[in-house]
Amino acid sequence: MNRTLDSAPNRVLTVLTVVAVLMFVMAVGMALFYAPTDRQGDVQRLFYLHLGTFMGGALAFFIGAIASVAYLVWRGEGWDALALASIEVGLVFSGFTIVSGAIWARPIWNTWWTWDPRLTSAAIMWLAYAAYLMLRNGIDEPGRRARFAAVYGIVAFSSVIFTTVITRVRPDTIHPVVVGPSPQNAQGSFGLESPAMRVTLVFNIVTFVVLTITLIWHRLRMESFSRRVQALKMKLMAR
Amino acid sequence: MSDSIRSTPVPAAAQPRRKTGFWQATLALTAKDLRAELRGRELINAMLLYAVLAVLIFSFALELDREARETSIAGVFWVTVIFAGMLGLNRSLAAEKDRGNLDALLLAPIDRGALFFGKMLSNLVYMLIVAGLLIVLVTILFNISLLVPWLLAVILLGTVGFAAVGTLLSSMTVHTRARETMLPILLLPVTLPIILTSVKASTAILNGVAQADWIAWPQMLLVADVILLALSYILFEFVVEE
Repeated sequence: MNRTLDSAPNRVLTVLTVVAVLMFVMAVGMALFYAPTDRQGDVQRLFYLHLGTFMGGALAFFIGAIASVAYLVWRGEGWDALALASIEVGLVFSGFTIVSGAIWARPIWNTWWTWDPRLTSAAIMWLAYAAYLMLRNGIDEPGRRARFAAVYGIVAFSSVIFTTVITRVRPDTIHPVVVGPSPQNAQGSFGLESPAMRVTLVFNIVTFVVLTITLIWHRLRMESFSRRVQALKMKLMAR
Repeated sequence: MSDSIRSTPVPAAAQPRRKTGFWQATLALTAKDLRAELRGRELINAMLLYAVLAVLIFSFALELDREARETSIAGVFWVTVIFAGMLGLNRSLAAEKDRGNLDALLLAPIDRGALFFGKMLSNLVYMLIVAGLLIVLVTILFNISLLVPWLLAVILLGTVGFAAVGTLLSSMTVHTRARETMLPILLLPVTLPIILTSVKASTAILNGVAQADWIAWPQMLLVADVILLALSYILFEFVVEE
């Protein structure tokens, strides 16, 4: 773990970053130009990014929950940094999922937002993890901050899962499901009829998974540097 | 030589004292909290007054006429119980900490889990008292009887889950800088499964919907309760470990 966080430039990370950026450019390009236009018009192109960022965000929160459990079990500071890094990245991605969904919904559902079960659970997920960052900011002592954050990270994850399950069992959602059968009340459904659409979707999902991992890694390095700087500062002050 | 040492009777004070039984300790803690509250009444009075004020303000703000009452009274009820409950949760551990009692509790030879359940039970009792007052108040003011057996069961289940997570999180927020402001921000998103199912079940029950249509809500509430209660109990030990 320590070698991956070394301050010297990390070759694997450099390569990964370049690959992630290239993939991202290509994924956006495919969504905009390669995939054919849907019946819904160009606004449907948002969908590739919408699902991509959702997958990225979900992965990041999942890593965050695992890291929180790992911190409580093994108490390595690295686990705490990993939890923080993943949850921050997850917040950015899920924020984009919500915003892109709203932009799509305006022309298709004729409203930016509705208290649909799926939208509600996404909003609650975002709020719970925003609260996680608030909690961290409110505690000064590092050991306690890491411990409390891990506890809250676990509670937040389980509630998010449960809220999602509760709201999804209701049949009255209007949110379409593109992969798999759509709910009967879904409005604005579209199928991915052409193979080019499906390729674009898969490529976008893979891209966002890679992008998520890259960003978490960068954020993790940044966090461990800042902690090292903090420790050195304390040492200097103690002189 | 070694035999003589072994045979030396250990002085009584050095013998590890037997731990107090789990439920005995839990009930003792709850009884202590309730007795202190009965004498000081600093929490429950504030919670009850807040509840009355909240109902008053809701009835103005939502202009609760005959039809509006039936659809929104469950929401008004739960919002009031939850916010009043948060008033209590905020003080329940902060009072212990400010008076230096928290360290004494942690040093006591009792299970940490008993500490959690003791605190949770006293918070639950406060919330149930508020709920009891609200039941009477709503029945009188809005002419809707809340004394329905199923509704009482949902109220009990909802407050149990809320008190469990609330006790866990309030034991963290007493150590944060913002304290009182922090609790609602942390608590409301994670108790959403409980709030959502409670409100849905209550609304359906009060509107006389057929049981088959709403029975799923109390069932999900029960599952949420079990999960969150177990999680809070396990994680509480990590919160108070110092």
